[in-house]
Amino acid sequence: MQNLKSSSTKSKGALLLIGAAAFLILSAVLNICLGASGVSLGALWHALLEGPGTSKAARILWYVRLPRTAASLLAGAGLAVSGAVIQKVLANNLASPGIIGINAGAGLAVAACCAFGTYAVWAVAGASFLGAMTATFLVVIVARKSNASRTTVVLGGVAVTACLNAVTETIVTMVPDAALASVDFRVGGFSSVNQTRLLPAAILILAGIAVVCMLTNELDVLSLGDDTAHALGLRVARMRNTMLTLAALLAGASVSFAGVLGFVGLIVPHMARRIIGNDSGRLIPFCALLGGGFVTICDLASRLIFAPYELPAGILMSFLGGPFFIWLLLKRKDKQP
Amino acid sequence: MISIQDLHVSYDEAEILHGVSAAFPEGKISVLMGPNGCGKSTTLRSLVRMVPEMSGVLTLDGQDLGTLTPQELACRIAYLPQSRNVPDITVERLVLHGRFPYLSYPRRYRKEDRDKVAQALEWVGLSDLHARKMENLSGGQRQKAYLAMALAQDTEVILMDEPTTFLDIKNQFEMLDRARSLANDGKTVIMILHDFESILHYADHVILMAQGRVLTTGDAETVLRSEEIKEAFDVQPCFYRTDDGLHCYVRP
Repeated sequence: MQNLKSSSTKSKGALLLIGAAAFLILSAVLNICLGASGVSLGALWHALLEGPGTSKAARILWYVRLPRTAASLLAGAGLAVSGAVIQKVLANNLASPGIIGINAGAGLAVAACCAFGTYAVWAVAGASFLGAMTATFLVVIVARKSNASRTTVVLGGVAVTACLNAVTETIVTMVPDAALASVDFRVGGFSSVNQTRLLPAAILILAGIAVVCMLTNELDVLSLGDDTAHALGLRVARMRNTMLTLAALLAGASVSFAGVLGFVGLIVPHMARRIIGNDSGRLIPFCALLGGGFVTICDLASRLIFAPYELPAGILMSFLGGPFFIWLLLKRKDKQP
Repeated sequence: MISIQDLHVSYDEAEILHGVSAAFPEGKISVLMGPNGCGKSTTLRSLVRMVPEMSGVLTLDGQDLGTLTPQELACRIAYLPQSRNVPDITVERLVLHGRFPYLSYPRRYRKEDRDKVAQALEWVGLSDLHARKMENLSGGQRQKAYLAMALAQDTEVILMDEPTTFLDIKNQFEMLDRARSLANDGKTVIMILHDFESILHYADHVILMAQGRVLTTGDAETVLRSEEIKEAFDVQPCFYRTDDGLHCYVRP
């Protein structure tokens, strides 16, 4: 019996993945080469070959543009994969990391951190990660208590988010300094990223994406529906909670150094599905590549549009994400009664 | 032979099945029938341990099903639920997931799996549509795709919860004919059906249920002619014979 999988389908998928990888590399190269400082490409190349040094080009390359580019690549990849996983697990194309409490949890932790006068970069990053994970943990507990159905995960997420946001607003009302100090986190961006802050999150994001890539068949079987997935031998509730935890890990680690980057976890999985289809084996790596490239291009645009001033990347993404979301809603209205 | 002894199942502390016992012979079509809410689907779901609380002994060829892991169970019993998603994937990809219980490290499908898929698609007559998206198939074709997935699962037992629901008459007969072929190939087919005429034609063995209990079992004609049928449905089956055999219709 001949294998039905056509080689043209396989090669098309491979070509698209190569194209996405090329986009990622191009965005990274542009983000490293272009900026408002006026440093020439030759000087940057020289600084790259010589390693970290004290020249202007070396300082800009090694301490600003490389960490910043790495951060935007990692945050984009982490948030996009997180969004794709959440949308698959909840069978809801309008779901994103925010739906399982990531942003609310991280926002509360950062506001609390600032309210206690702890402004150190590492402390804010750690707090936002722990806040994101704690919020997701609460959502997963609520879901588990009610058999982890898709609906209860979403409703649990809405309830937990509402509670956490209420506490955050109370904190920033009582301690106005906390509101000011957490502005950078709330709008999202990469201007304060450095290697120390990035390294632990980078390890978590890369490991998280690798694990998700190994579980793409589980992710697809889960999306067939609880009964069918169970009949195929999958421990449905356990796998759903595992996937949500992985998604939280990816988004939480991204938020810890990039702040709240609105809509990345929503836009990129949609773009990726339209281009490469819904098969997780291709979708997840494609999302990682496309997400990394997309956020890096947004970061580049945010630095160049009003140069020498910088628009936080999170604001630019919301400018793009808002209209996209409206388009998505209108498109759904066309299709559904 | 798959058998159930003294099965009790509860949902939210309310007992749904009250000591159900039944045996489903190998290589035959067994049909569970009974009024809505009598526990047919729950009985079927119990066999694949999809119920929250249950007690009783369920065995397959003498082996206690409770000792199998979900993966081992899925290698022995396939289950086609009544309501199914229409996933945004191709027919071939859906059927390939029938091989999910056999996945081992590195969690990727092998050539052997893809060969099984090709066989299953050919058997249900969907080879030409293997690259088509599930959402672009008709109801009958989707049913066939899910049947192909169950076939790719390569199990001894196939459970079907109302496999003819939502199908037109032609597709209903086609689905039941395929179930007959599977039984002829030695598989144990257990399904839930409502239509008396279809039961009379296709069932080798019938289990009549009502209010969480088994009322009677036997061959289709015996069960359909029994007093218990009137007790369960409050209807009067009528029989007539033509050149191609016995037929049945129902009078209120």
